[in-house]
Amino acid sequence: MKFGVAVYPGSNCDYDTYYVIRDILKKDVSFVDYRESNIEKYDCIIVPGGFSFGDYLRPGAIASHTPLTNALKEFTEKGKFVIGICNGFQILTEAHLLPGALLPNNHGRFVCKHQYLKVESNNTPFTKKLKKGEVIKLPIAHHDGNYFVDQDTLKKMEENGQIILRYCDKDGNVTPDSNPNGSVSNIAGVSNDRFNVFGLMPHPERACESLLGLTDGLKLFLSIIEN
Amino acid sequence: MLIKFYIKPRKGVLDPQGRAVSESLKSLGFNDVKDVKVGKYIEVYVENKDKDKAIEEAKEMAKKALVNDLIEDYEFEIVE
Repeated sequence: MKFGVAVYPGSNCDYDTYYVIRDILKKDVSFVDYRESNIEKYDCIIVPGGFSFGDYLRPGAIASHTPLTNALKEFTEKGKFVIGICNGFQILTEAHLLPGALLPNNHGRFVCKHQYLKVESNNTPFTKKLKKGEVIKLPIAHHDGNYFVDQDTLKKMEENGQIILRYCDKDGNVTPDSNPNGSVSNIAGVSNDRFNVFGLMPHPERACESLLGLTDGLKLFLSIIEN
Repeated sequence: MLIKFYIKPRKGVLDPQGRAVSESLKSLGFNDVKDVKVGKYIEVYVENKDKDKAIEEAKEMAKKALVNDLIEDYEFEIVE
């Protein structure tokens, strides 16, 4: 499986993601510039975290119509994989590759901490190495992570099993107190209806080595390379 | 020609900035403040001199870039 890590002006988790794929997973990986539109050689493109284009207009808005993001549309139609982490998730919603939008956190502050997450579905290419209902812990670090989607779309997504991760407490209870940003239904990560595009606010790339404290992120990456 | 866009959070969508400003105004004694919305104001200058064309262009700009209609409402006006 050949990976590409997207690089926009203002991306800042690109090298962390590249490092995990190259040094921990030992897989083939290259950076892909946002002006590039020929991405046929890749099997999976990861859109990393950061503040692409300075979050001008809305987070992810300007990055969502660059040549690379435009090329991702055809790429996903071919069934290839795209994963958006944090700002990458915002870019993918702005590009309409994923439903919904990310609003400013309901408390108005940047949130940066370790967060428990409940795996809602393991019947996806992104979570097959996890158990349904399993509680994992990943870092979150964002100002605009408040997932919003209209009720009709939310209902369809729940029926299809597109809600992949929810914020929860250490025992897996999905409660208002365990919601760090005001997201609808505590949603932390979603998929498209074809299950080849995945977006999440937490940072799995920062949780792949015991040296850094957390290792649950690795389970997501190990799931992806199984495909 | 100038297109003025006024963008604000859609009705029913949480607006933390608006809420904070509302509380701040109340703390200054403006007790009649009911609600505050904080949005964006964007000026786009275009070469075009045809007003109907500018209206069409403004709608396209809003749809394709300036506004996310899932979370934002907008209005615009054209100044000749």
